[in-house]
Amino acid sequence: MAAADARFVREASYYEKLPNRKIKCKLCPRECVIDDRERGYCGARENRGGAYYTLVHSRVCAANVDPIEKKPFFHFRPGTLAFSIATAGCNVNCKFCQNWEISQVRPEQTMSDYMPPQRAVEIARQNRCGAIAYTYSEPVIYYEYMLDTAAAAREAGIWSVVVSGGYVQQDPLKKLCPRVDAIKIDLKAFSDRFYKEVVNGELKPVLDTIVTIHASGTWNEIVYLVVPGLNDNEREFAALAKWVKGELGPDVPLHFSRFYPQYLLKNVPPTPVATLERAKAICDAEGLHYVYVGNVPGHPGENTYCPKCRKALVRRTGYTIDAIEIRRGKCKYCQQPIAGVW
Amino acid sequence: MRETSRRDFVAACFAGALLPQAPPKSRVVVARDSEKPDPARLLALLDRTVQALENRDSAREAWRNIVRPGETIGLKVNCLAGRGPGASTTPALVEAICERLQQAGVPAKNIIVFDRLNEDLESAGFRIQQRGGGIRVQGNDGWGYEADLMVYGSAGSLVSKALTRVCDAVINLPVLKDHSIAGVTLALKNMFGAIHNPNKYHVTAGNPYVADVFMLPPIRQKVRLSICEGLVAQYEGGPSYMPQWGWPFHGLIASRDPVALDYTGWQIIEKKRAEMGMKSLQELKRAPDYIATAAQRRLGTNDPRMIDRVEV
Repeated sequence: MAAADARFVREASYYEKLPNRKIKCKLCPRECVIDDRERGYCGARENRGGAYYTLVHSRVCAANVDPIEKKPFFHFRPGTLAFSIATAGCNVNCKFCQNWEISQVRPEQTMSDYMPPQRAVEIARQNRCGAIAYTYSEPVIYYEYMLDTAAAAREAGIWSVVVSGGYVQQDPLKKLCPRVDAIKIDLKAFSDRFYKEVVNGELKPVLDTIVTIHASGTWNEIVYLVVPGLNDNEREFAALAKWVKGELGPDVPLHFSRFYPQYLLKNVPPTPVATLERAKAICDAEGLHYVYVGNVPGHPGENTYCPKCRKALVRRTGYTIDAIEIRRGKCKYCQQPIAGVW
Repeated sequence: MRETSRRDFVAACFAGALLPQAPPKSRVVVARDSEKPDPARLLALLDRTVQALENRDSAREAWRNIVRPGETIGLKVNCLAGRGPGASTTPALVEAICERLQQAGVPAKNIIVFDRLNEDLESAGFRIQQRGGGIRVQGNDGWGYEADLMVYGSAGSLVSKALTRVCDAVINLPVLKDHSIAGVTLALKNMFGAIHNPNKYHVTAGNPYVADVFMLPPIRQKVRLSICEGLVAQYEGGPSYMPQWGWPFHGLIASRDPVALDYTGWQIIEKKRAEMGMKSLQELKRAPDYIATAAQRRLGTNDPRMIDRVEV
């Protein structure tokens, strides 16, 4: 191992040794079979002599303090600051990725800091962050680091929240769920074709992930980034609404977020706000309680409303909380329980 | 001598223009030695290869047909598999090419040797040389990548500055071996080592990614010649170094047409696999379909009727 990267290298979890020094990664459904000296699709894990290594433990290439609403988490500890960290790498290649400069590159192609778990916790504390967010790229890729940091965070009384595309195998996911406090899944679309052509991934494993998270009791929210002409048809919204209601119930927050031209889709215009509003209306009509319009600062669709009396309970402008009218997890006005972690 | 009238002359010109012209064939030279070549024999093998390719009587003339004095020439080697017979492009072949380039008027300071990483180059026996007025040897981690993506079809990548800003032309030096995902890794796929994200392009056996990456302008426009090293070739287990599946091919395969070279190399590997009683790449569902895609993109030809295979 090169001395320069030895600090970041740990034997990976979830892989299988094969003949002729090959390995099969078992962390995500891609199940890359990797020759000696090669890396998997994610670019952040490498076969060295028939053993598999993560190259990104403690190798942070993006770190910021963000409001938790930016992730977005609307029903988890509103107003909390989240120390948000990421390493390089991702196990899909979304053509609209806004963080492609860290997600679609190899670790050695980024400027990184050595930030072991205790150091991340220390920085979170220094910045008065109530949470650490594993975000920006794809935290499944830095699974070992995420787990170790979440353990250190929990000991220090700091929450851990995960922002992920959800393309992960069930075993590592089930190990992760009780060790973190909230997981937000970016559901890219409700069609196999979009996942194949635009994401280079698969839909079903992501749906399975969402179901597993929900069953585990870990707080869960879903974001659907609406890309004009690609995943914005009403049939898809209706199918999604039915699935969420049927599999998860009406209380899982669902955010329809506005796309802005990025990465390999710079020729596609931003999502019309009317499209987001239509998606929200379809899901509201299906009976989902907490459907949001995202990435449109100042839109009333960013507020939380009581599903019973329809009064505004959390007023937001962008990532800023203007008012919270939830008391002990209930609507201040009609005492309806409001799903979330308050 | 019969005088030609102006009318007859013009008519003759038009007749020539209207007659369908047969498209030129792509020449692929397969040069073999009877034994493992030492440096002197390797140089002779190289000369035979390039002279036959360029249809010239001397190596100097052949290389002068490929490069021009004053150009900066990049040698894209393949060092992924480290050291070992047939694993990577050998320093001996690179030295031989550099000798001939200099004789053709390209000074040493205008020759660069590059691959993905310094670590890869060193593992294959190259010495990193970033300065000093001679031949520069450096990985893309030294040259850097462009900041803006280049996009063609399924490919969206940052290209090495070695290619975009330093080289006027590239001599592509792959190794004759199979690939456990993409079928084979020859001239077309060797240029994965010039982009920042090759790991994204191995799904669906590299198709259409390999072809689309080669379509990126700096690659398509600058790769002038491919010489595939097969002193020891590998028919199974690639791209890793698997000596149990190597065989002493003792040869070089060269072409200006990377698609024709890849098609030829693929057939050679399939033939060896059949000799060894192994299933074909097609049967194993890892046929290099990207070669046909590259032909569709007009990067060259995979039609054996349009390949002029010359054995020397």
